[in-house]
Amino acid sequence: MSTAEKQMDTNTASASDIRKRKIADVVNAGLKRRYAAERRFRFYGIAAIALSLIMLVVLFVTILGNGLTAFVQTRVTMDVVVSAERIDPQGTRKREDLITGDYQGAVRDAVLALFPDVTSRKDRKDLMELFSTGAGYELQKQVMANPDLIGKTIRIEVPVASEFDMLAKGYISRTVPEAERKISDKQIAWYDALKSKGMISTGFNTTLFSAGDSRQPELAGLWGAVVGSFYTLVVTLALSFPIGVAAAIYLEEFAPKNKWTDIIEVNINNLAAVPSIVFGLLGLAVFLQFFGLPRSAPVVGGLVLMLMNLPIIIIASRAALKSVPPSIREAALGLGASKLQMIFHHVLPLAMPGMLTGTIIGMAHALGETAPLLMIGMVAFVVDIPHTPLDPSTVLPVQIYLWADSPERAFVERTSAAIIVLLGFLILMNAAAVLLRKKFERRW
Amino acid sequence: MQVLILFLVLAVLTVIGFRLGRSRSVKLVGGDVARLHSLPGYYGFYVALWCGIPALLLVLAWVSLEGPVLTRLILSAVSPELLLDPNGGPISQAHLNLLVNDLRNIASGTVASTANPLVQAAGLQLASYREISFGAMTVVALALALGGAGLALRWVHADFRARNSVEKVIKTFMVLCSLMAILTTVGIILSLLFESYRFFARVPMTEFLFGLQWSPQMAMRADQVGSSGAFGAVPLFAGTLLISLIAMIVAVPVGLLAAIYMAEYAPRKVRSIVKPLLEILAGIPTVVYGFFAALTVAPFFRDSGQLFGLNISSESALAAGVVMGIMIIPYVSSITDDVVTAVPNAMREGSYGLGATKSETIRRVVFPAALPGIVGGVLLAVSRAIGETMIVVMAAGLSANLTANPFEAVTTVTVQVVTLLVGDQEFDSPKTLAAFALGLVLFVVTLALNIVALHVVRKYREQYE
Repeated sequence: MSTAEKQMDTNTASASDIRKRKIADVVNAGLKRRYAAERRFRFYGIAAIALSLIMLVVLFVTILGNGLTAFVQTRVTMDVVVSAERIDPQGTRKREDLITGDYQGAVRDAVLALFPDVTSRKDRKDLMELFSTGAGYELQKQVMANPDLIGKTIRIEVPVASEFDMLAKGYISRTVPEAERKISDKQIAWYDALKSKGMISTGFNTTLFSAGDSRQPELAGLWGAVVGSFYTLVVTLALSFPIGVAAAIYLEEFAPKNKWTDIIEVNINNLAAVPSIVFGLLGLAVFLQFFGLPRSAPVVGGLVLMLMNLPIIIIASRAALKSVPPSIREAALGLGASKLQMIFHHVLPLAMPGMLTGTIIGMAHALGETAPLLMIGMVAFVVDIPHTPLDPSTVLPVQIYLWADSPERAFVERTSAAIIVLLGFLILMNAAAVLLRKKFERRW
Repeated sequence: MQVLILFLVLAVLTVIGFRLGRSRSVKLVGGDVARLHSLPGYYGFYVALWCGIPALLLVLAWVSLEGPVLTRLILSAVSPELLLDPNGGPISQAHLNLLVNDLRNIASGTVASTANPLVQAAGLQLASYREISFGAMTVVALALALGGAGLALRWVHADFRARNSVEKVIKTFMVLCSLMAILTTVGIILSLLFESYRFFARVPMTEFLFGLQWSPQMAMRADQVGSSGAFGAVPLFAGTLLISLIAMIVAVPVGLLAAIYMAEYAPRKVRSIVKPLLEILAGIPTVVYGFFAALTVAPFFRDSGQLFGLNISSESALAAGVVMGIMIIPYVSSITDDVVTAVPNAMREGSYGLGATKSETIRRVVFPAALPGIVGGVLLAVSRAIGETMIVVMAAGLSANLTANPFEAVTTVTVQVVTLLVGDQEFDSPKTLAAFALGLVLFVVTLALNIVALHVVRKYREQYE
């Protein structure tokens, strides 16, 4: 190599060095900006997740904060003279006479005896507003169960009217001017007098879990809705599980690959995404109008929810069937089982945990569903606890909807409590599904 | 209740049929079961099927057709003056429905709206018809069950292919079950079309689809003022779109970014905790969101609006839309998560090899590759937002304002469907039928969105498989 060539070589080397350095400079100059962009992007992601989780927390905190107090109820204990003149003026002691007795009057006598200085008509009326009308019913119940109580003095424990329950829980402030709250200063003074006599107590709100709906918040309970939800879900489960599993088996194991089965498949996928209210319209037009089934009955609710749930169960069951390895099927067939024997004796037991998991999740979905049930009249105001799936009833989410519409402050508390109960059931069901999956899930 | 007892009796008969069939097959071959074509249990099932299915089908058909048939019968037997109005003409459909309801109530022993002795008598007659009908049904069903079981028992012999017959029945049952999905769709389409057709016979379709005035209150009396009823649904469509748009503005960025972060950045542990937490949002019943929106979010927006001098209605589209957006976040994020993780790693590695940072790779390579799937997912979310009912029923208003202002109250298609149908309505008024027309629009729009979305998602999946 000549010196001239050497010279040239070093020249080109330095030239490419310079170029390289230039690129590196460009890259380095941009790096700061690009890393900042990287950090920003990462931050957006974290912010998005944080935002959704904050919303979740706010939701739960609001519901719990509003609802937990509803599990406690303020009650008043008082002695009532079960006077024969009030309850059974004819002295027959027969059921049909006892049922028409003036129990509210007996309670009134007892209350007025407590406050002998309240004399004006208006004040007496205001005084009675402290006590729930449930007091009369409670007295009636006790006397009906034991007519010997007539003429004696018995001690009953009844809820105070909801406004005073709210006062006791601090939702109604005493510092607010009298004109701006529903209860007067006088009434508060009476309430305090009762309290200083030791007649006011608080305890677990059993009414909430034993009564049906009521216009009086202190007498309103969830039990009717819980029973209605139970009947509805039983109907849904009894229909959708067998039908869903049978359909899944047919589609997965038997169906030939042709136009018809394609249509069925597309259909199922689309049904899963049809708005729930449309199913309500279907139920109204077909079950109520065409077949003349009773309005507001859990049977109809169950039928509608069954149609809604079917796609979910079919899709989950097919996935469970698909996860059973073909070798199981081949072994069964090889030993001479018929195709149905192979499915029912070998494939189905292995796929069952997956199917059950899907079904439970579908049921949880059905339990929270409201809109289609509004369409078939399950919004009726039902006081009685339903005894059969044909009785008019309501369900938990609809009860929430109904209470949320009520203006009384006490219903806000009870709505939140109902939501807590509903969420409790949902958590139980989902936990069962998760446990089932954990316990029986197999990896082949 | 009586029907339940009948079902119980049929069930017991079926079990007895099973035992008889099984023992008969064993007896026929003298205990040598190997000489039978099928296992003994199949002979039992065969007899049980013949015992139970015909009787069951009969009872179901009877119960579902009994109501309409008996109603027709009683209306033809009822004294004719009940079917005439004071002017001598036939009574209107509404009055007829009332009469039928009264008859049914009297027959069931509950309170009726009238004490007319003619109606009472007819009601009692309906009750006796019902008794006769139930008696006849019981006799026929039991005869069918016993006859079926007897015949099937006679057919049982050693060479009889009981398994094949039983399997055929089971397979038919499975085919019928899988047709349920189609039946449901057909039922939805038919009932919506039929009722909408009756609606469009009274209100022209163009007025419904393009009219700007929505006030479905119909005059109860002819001389009533100001309630002629207007069925222009454009304000409802606009309200639905406005609320859905707000929901998507909340849900799409949050859902997308959350899913991308979880798929690309988050360590496994964080992912396994955060993902189920986000899915809780999807599992909360919508009525709970509705309560949350009406109780917490709407007053919050109203009060903070007052701070800035804005007049935000307490039933604003904003509150309903934002809460709906929160509900939809998990739908967007779970689909995005699926499609983003489905993007092949080779594409990411190629990008890293060229010196791109992680976020550049995501924005310039992964996101464009996943875009069709994400679009499909967003379309599915839109269809969910349009069809969502409870949040808007509880948090959005009833007033049909044609406005694009998110601070005002608007109403949506689903809210109107609920308000038109909840409570006792006569079934023939345009008011009730309008709900079905709205339902039809809802169904068609969501169906179209779903079909497009599912198509896009599937096509995208095939691309990388």
